[in-house]
Amino acid sequence: MVIECLVLGAGQEVGKSCVVVTINGKRIMFDCGMHMGYLDHRRYPDFSLISKSHDFTRSLSCIIITHFHLDHIGALPYFTQVCGYNGPIYMTYPTKALAPLMLEDYRKVMVDRRGEEEQFSSEHIVECMKKVTAVDLKQTIQVDEDLQIRAYYAGHVLGAAMFYAKVGDAAIVYTGDYNMTPDRHLGAAQIDRLQLDLVITESTYATTYRDSKYVREREFLKAVHKCVASGGKVLIPTFALGRAQELCMLLDDYWERMNLKVPIYFSAGLTIQANMYYKVLINWTSQKVKDTYATRNAFDFKNGMISGGFSLEVFKQWAPCEKNLVTLPGYCVAGTVGHKLMSAKIPTQIRLDEDVQINVRCQIHQLSFSPHTDAKGIMDLVKFLSPKHVILVHGEKPKMVTLKEKIQSELGIQCYLPANSESLCIPTTHHIKAGASDAFVRSCLSPNFKFLKTNSAELDDSHKRTMPLLQVYDDRVSEGILTLQKNQSPKVVNQNEFMEALGVEKHEVKLAHCFRVYIPDSESGDASDCLPSTSRKGSLLHLISEKLCRELPDFDVQDCQEHIQIQSVVVSFCSNEKCPHRTGVSLQSVDKKEVHFCCSWSVADDALAWRIVASIKNLELDT
Amino acid sequence: MDLSSLAIFSPVPTSSNSIAYNRKFSCSSEKYAGLELNEDKRLKIDKPLDANSLIGAEPHYRTVKNLLLWNVSFIDVVLISSPMGMLGLPFLTRNKDFSAKVYATEATARIGQLMMEDLVSMHKEYRQFYGAEESDAPQWMKWDELELLPLELRQIVFGADGTEFGGWMPLYSAADVKACMLKVECLKYAEEACYGGTLIIQAFSSGLEIGSCNWGISGPKASISYISSSVFSSAAAMSFNYQALQRSDVILYSDFSSCNGLDKFDNDDNCSGAAGNNYSNLSSDDVNSEGHDTLLNDEEYLEEMEKLNFICSCSVDCIKAGGSVLIPIARIGITLQLLERFAVNLASENMRVPIFLISSVAEELIAFTNIIPEWLCEQWQDRLYSGQPLFSHVEMLKDGRLYLFPAIHSLKLLKTWQEPCIVFCPHWSLRLGPVVHLLLRWSADQNSLLVMEEGLDANLALLPFKPMAMKVLQCSFVSGIQMQKSHHLLKILQPRHVLFPEILRQHIGPLETVFSFNYYSENKMVHIPYMKDSELDITVELACQLQYTTLKQQDMNISRLKGELMIEHGRYRLHLGNDEQVSSHPRPLVHFGRIDLNNLLTALQKLDMNATLEEVTGAAGSHKASRIHVSEPSKAMIEVIEAQTVISAADENIASVISQAISGVLDCI
Repeated sequence: MVIECLVLGAGQEVGKSCVVVTINGKRIMFDCGMHMGYLDHRRYPDFSLISKSHDFTRSLSCIIITHFHLDHIGALPYFTQVCGYNGPIYMTYPTKALAPLMLEDYRKVMVDRRGEEEQFSSEHIVECMKKVTAVDLKQTIQVDEDLQIRAYYAGHVLGAAMFYAKVGDAAIVYTGDYNMTPDRHLGAAQIDRLQLDLVITESTYATTYRDSKYVREREFLKAVHKCVASGGKVLIPTFALGRAQELCMLLDDYWERMNLKVPIYFSAGLTIQANMYYKVLINWTSQKVKDTYATRNAFDFKNGMISGGFSLEVFKQWAPCEKNLVTLPGYCVAGTVGHKLMSAKIPTQIRLDEDVQINVRCQIHQLSFSPHTDAKGIMDLVKFLSPKHVILVHGEKPKMVTLKEKIQSELGIQCYLPANSESLCIPTTHHIKAGASDAFVRSCLSPNFKFLKTNSAELDDSHKRTMPLLQVYDDRVSEGILTLQKNQSPKVVNQNEFMEALGVEKHEVKLAHCFRVYIPDSESGDASDCLPSTSRKGSLLHLISEKLCRELPDFDVQDCQEHIQIQSVVVSFCSNEKCPHRTGVSLQSVDKKEVHFCCSWSVADDALAWRIVASIKNLELDT
Repeated sequence: MDLSSLAIFSPVPTSSNSIAYNRKFSCSSEKYAGLELNEDKRLKIDKPLDANSLIGAEPHYRTVKNLLLWNVSFIDVVLISSPMGMLGLPFLTRNKDFSAKVYATEATARIGQLMMEDLVSMHKEYRQFYGAEESDAPQWMKWDELELLPLELRQIVFGADGTEFGGWMPLYSAADVKACMLKVECLKYAEEACYGGTLIIQAFSSGLEIGSCNWGISGPKASISYISSSVFSSAAAMSFNYQALQRSDVILYSDFSSCNGLDKFDNDDNCSGAAGNNYSNLSSDDVNSEGHDTLLNDEEYLEEMEKLNFICSCSVDCIKAGGSVLIPIARIGITLQLLERFAVNLASENMRVPIFLISSVAEELIAFTNIIPEWLCEQWQDRLYSGQPLFSHVEMLKDGRLYLFPAIHSLKLLKTWQEPCIVFCPHWSLRLGPVVHLLLRWSADQNSLLVMEEGLDANLALLPFKPMAMKVLQCSFVSGIQMQKSHHLLKILQPRHVLFPEILRQHIGPLETVFSFNYYSENKMVHIPYMKDSELDITVELACQLQYTTLKQQDMNISRLKGELMIEHGRYRLHLGNDEQVSSHPRPLVHFGRIDLNNLLTALQKLDMNATLEEVTGAAGSHKASRIHVSEPSKAMIEVIEAQTVISAADENIASVISQAISGVLDCI
């Protein structure tokens, strides 16, 4: 059994996340994103790789969207409304609520501003969202009889989730984007310890190790404060919904503390509407924010005011003045204005499109809070989940290679970084299903105590104190009988049940051996002419038992006066001259110093028995 | 907790001082005179029972009768299905031996907590009036006092069969509630909680109330579904998720709602043939699709909406006549729906009447409703997706159409108070909190309206407020599965066995079903006939090591199985055990069957042994044993007696060869 993993996007790159995973015949598409850096066909995942006939509804069991960022959901309306996928789609409640805003905003920018041909219409978005089933965290959804999925909190943005998917015994987790440290408005990613064959994780910051975020927050606030204090204007473009809320909370807090009166304007539309959702969906934010909902919803900003305008328009106006400040998000996708600014030296000129070029003289502050986990977080998560395999996506190749090696060497987990359009097969766990009888289960669960006495004589003083005299073991080893019959599923029963069901009786196969040992007279001559007396026999048996104890330290040697028992091996004196077990040389014993020992055992202890026999026979040599 | 038991207590301001109370509100007491009871109240007047016969003491509550007889330390898990079903929980959790895990959905836990806190805070009024209770047994519980009670009240105190007196408990404290909540583990719908590794417990929406649920419990051995009162297309809460309960081994059917209103079904023509024979000729798929349609038809929903609209129009009429409306309703979903309707209806009538929501937890409750879209019905969730606020009450609060107050005597309320008005408040059997004060105030006003849920002994409930001029509207909301629908439901769910409550026996009658069923009743242990083996997962590593032998007689392959049994997430899993152990403790081989001596002889001869057979007979000539003597290559003897064979040999090798030969003629494992 294998898991097949077809990477349609975000393979060795950031953008258009889309991975199609086939687990035991069920095909799941994780994310359906678009690449913000391209305008041609490369912006969408190459869906034709899923099905040559383009019958996507039949070839996919479901689509799972991890969060509302366009590089994870941007291609969804196109895929459902233009390509015709009509099957189930799952995302969390906040994602379902916020995704249409993001998609509509994007569509407007593309069509209205850039005058591009429409890839999907507003109606497409609405129709697409109607097909979506919203899910709650930890809710276990039975997509069909075999496929089970479950969302876990991912932190990254409101409603971001990691998804667990299970078919039969094979299970995977697709993380989407996640954050392992809580920020001002969201908690840290949280997942159960699961048994997984594969984890597909993002690796945006595959080699970055971040220090405390408080330092970074202070730097940001200082830069903003300095700028407004000297009469400048600050532009904070937030590509991602959610960052806006985070920064607003940060500024709102700072404004109140510093008693600043400088107005803060939200870009209209998106943020305001999104903010309403943040208020309703407060349960999806961090615990701290949640706890305050009854008194004051944290998303009722006190210092915010509202006006219209798009950040790019504002940027055109403000960029030429050096008093102003523009902050940049921590990560800018290649090809965007942000990306150009990141690598540029101020003053500079930036070409927005063919005929618009602007002089940039303003200050630039690079924000370094990111809702993505850093390398330590990725390692922590992978270590926590301990899957059998890891696939890295959503990152840059050289950094991913470094992380891959780290995962393989430090965690000993096989790690891969497939490129786009590559397909990968991973072996999976599989269990044989059997019915187990009650008696079997009971026998497995009942304790199996073993008491081992420590021989205090053998221990030196230092051990005496630390080692208890009696050690109790409870090794529950389950034993039973697996039966296979035609047209019936395998069944496990315990031995007695098996015999009973079959109507057969146990047939005991034993071995026996009666042999002669010459006992040299160790005592003084006066006792030598008598037959070995009972007491002498007893002491001899005791002698043997001690010898066996020494030679077989792993076994429990029971000295039962008349005989010695070790497992099923019974050793006793034999005075029956016609003992049927005396084979071999059967000369009548005349020597009084000769003694016969009779041993019997069951087949299972054969090897042990012969060791004991040899040991007793050695007695004559020893003494 | 049995809240109807509250009705035997007198509300704090007794009728004698209620007049004084009324004066404070400048309301004339003359209106009390000569009023007649409204006809639709269906009140029976019983002579000896009047307002003065009610017990004047801080109320006690009747809980599960045998709760005290239980050794609570034997309870492993407590499942809470609805906020109302939680009110008695502190009685259990405050027991120091209580160590069970309590599961409830997040919404149930929160709403339940608010209700308990409200109840506790309502008792403050009683404490102020009667003083703190000194002993465990208050005055009214003494025998001579009890004997003076009217028959109706005595019946409630002792229960119908006279055994319930022990179930009366004084109310828990705020600290008890707090401690109780710490013991509750909150779940989302369909979240898998794993108890002790063996049980997977899941809550699925039941549709009755926001957060209320049914339970699915599954273990390696069997799965059980618990169906509480459920509503298919709920007007407020997320609807009954019955698909999740499909194919369980046992269904514990615990929806009692149909025993209350059953006579109605009898008169209804629709239900007569619905019990099942109609579909007998159809394939199971057809039955299912038809069944789903029957279950999900929106008749019930529309009927519910109609009822709510009726309440609204009655209220509007009453306000037009200058009266006020009092709506003491415990179900938060109904309250939310009514608020929505009032927002629309009042606006369309162009009326500006204030709506008051008075409860010690009103603010928390309303704030909570705004942040739980995940627990609501589709209609309300759609509002979220289309960018509207979830509820109109957000707007109503902003523009002063709706007010939230913690208590009737809050200063702010007195300032904003204006009549006519509409008041929502907790029900509490009309004995606790704002409802008492407002009933005393309006009971004489024939223009005012009291909206009550059916199912309560209205005569007793309204006793302290008599005579009533106020109109009373009793309505029953959908609160469970209708009997005819339950047949369809069970058909779709395909359980193996169903447990019905004994009191439904007469309504269920002889069923033609594929599942078996029996009845349960209070305090009787029910044993369900055992169904199947446990499921066991064997890891591939272990399965690969198995060595199969084919049995001689039966067409069966068998193998010894040895490993370590783990219980992981409700499944038994057999892993490859520690290798060392396997080698150091070789397992005993077991032989079974009978030895065919001729076969054995042939086998030995094939091994180049010189073997001869000797039959040993006992003294009485009976057959005692068979012996096979081996002389070559070395001496050995095999003795076969019934079910035992003994090999005697001096040489280890020959002994082992012989024992293998014997294994060859026997079945062994």
